[in-house]
Amino acid sequence: MQRFPCPFCGPRDETEFHFAAEAGKTRPEPAGEVGAERWAEYLHLKKNPKGPTREIWVHTTCGEFFLMERNTVTHEVVGSSALGAES
Amino acid sequence: MTRRYSAFNLFREGLRGHTGWQPAWRSPDPKPAYDAVIIGGGGHGLATAYYLAKNHGMRNVAVIEKGWLGGGNTGRNTTTIRSNYFYPESVALYDFALKLYEGLGRELNYNIMFSQRGVVTVAHSEAEMEIAARIVNAMQINGTDAELLGPDAVFDKAPLLNRGPKARYPVFGGVWQGRAGVARHDAVAWGYARAADGFGVDIVQNCEVTGFIVENGRCAGVETSRGSIRAGAVGLAVAGHSGVLAAKAGFALPIQSYSLQAMVSEPVKPCLDTVVLYLGTGTYLFQSDKGEIVVGGGLDRVPSYAQRGNPPMQRTVLSGMLEMFPSFGQLKMLRQWAGNVDVVPDSSPIIGPSPLPGLFLNCGWGTGGFKSIPAGGWLMAHLIATGSHHEISRPFDLDRFATGRLVDEAAGSGIAH
Repeated sequence: MQRFPCPFCGPRDETEFHFAAEAGKTRPEPAGEVGAERWAEYLHLKKNPKGPTREIWVHTTCGEFFLMERNTVTHEVVGSSALGAES
Repeated sequence: MTRRYSAFNLFREGLRGHTGWQPAWRSPDPKPAYDAVIIGGGGHGLATAYYLAKNHGMRNVAVIEKGWLGGGNTGRNTTTIRSNYFYPESVALYDFALKLYEGLGRELNYNIMFSQRGVVTVAHSEAEMEIAARIVNAMQINGTDAELLGPDAVFDKAPLLNRGPKARYPVFGGVWQGRAGVARHDAVAWGYARAADGFGVDIVQNCEVTGFIVENGRCAGVETSRGSIRAGAVGLAVAGHSGVLAAKAGFALPIQSYSLQAMVSEPVKPCLDTVVLYLGTGTYLFQSDKGEIVVGGGLDRVPSYAQRGNPPMQRTVLSGMLEMFPSFGQLKMLRQWAGNVDVVPDSSPIIGPSPLPGLFLNCGWGTGGFKSIPAGGWLMAHLIATGSHHEISRPFDLDRFATGRLVDEAAGSGIAH
């Protein structure tokens, strides 16, 4: 069983977490002027990298979304941080 | 020359000390150019090459495989074949595969050990029985075989199922598809490889695609660890690694890769002659021809390329098995493994042209890649040879994510991916 670091609660069991999305996706604006292709890209397309990646996860116990840096091959977690604090 | 397998050849080789057998396929060096190159030597890639040669007369074809034949997901699944889906587009696709499977052993002259032992999907409440009736109706309207079973009929199919008063998921009945079943997964890959090789297709193993040759905005071949290979058309059939290769070709796909794990027990006496899936536990299992109990369930919850499962899902799957078959609590598990699956938002595959002209996609099968091998190969061969969709593959084009015409089987039939 792996432990994931919630930036607010510390290391917790992986079953308390849900994967939400790749990091760095921003909603296209203004929404009314965005075409179907651009919406499809935002909603569905993924980089889906093999190796190091930055992802948004939610800690379902405390309800907070946060950024986690992780490796999709080794499952090693490099770190996590609150949203907005990373850039 | 014992190219064709038969009882007579087996008998003759027996008398000659089995000295006359030939390798089932050649291992040629890649040529500098082909009419078509298929990336991925799993079931879908090999089937594509076979149908390119058989249906379209294209024999100057190569299959490029990073590792060895069938060493990826084709060798890592639980070998179940079924077409119990909800939408007409999905049943047309998966039932086409099932029909091809029904004649495949004879066609390929290779024993794929296809066993149509049926699949029962078990419901646990009156409400779930109504959903089951809805799925049965949809399947019958879509032209495949389906039957609604009551609890007694389910217990007849699988007598060891939990019928105790404390069952967390009591049996109310289920959906039966009798034409569904299992096949030997390696044999499907090897059978297609041997038959494609017989048509002159070059199967190149231990050759990794490192990039794409793009000329005038069009894919003109692949760069590999064994040099450049030019091609009139390129097909991509690499399952869990579709995103990795798409990135090399300069585009992204609506795919997230996950691990899907399965387990197998020690072999025991014959005690289960069908495939059982519980809607309540998400676990499904059957008994292999060797006597092992093969157990699978849902996707791991963590996006991954690791090809090994994680313990929380293993616990979920095994506790599901114990709820379904309490007597299996004494089984020793022999081994556990995971495949790498490419999951699409609407849980339906992607078959069609890619954003790079000349490069065609066969991916996104999620947890359903094995059962669809003949259809995936047939349809991608049609795309590559004619440049246009077969009527069965049209709904599964990449453009559905922009038009919004999704084939949402996760909502339709409640499948696990």
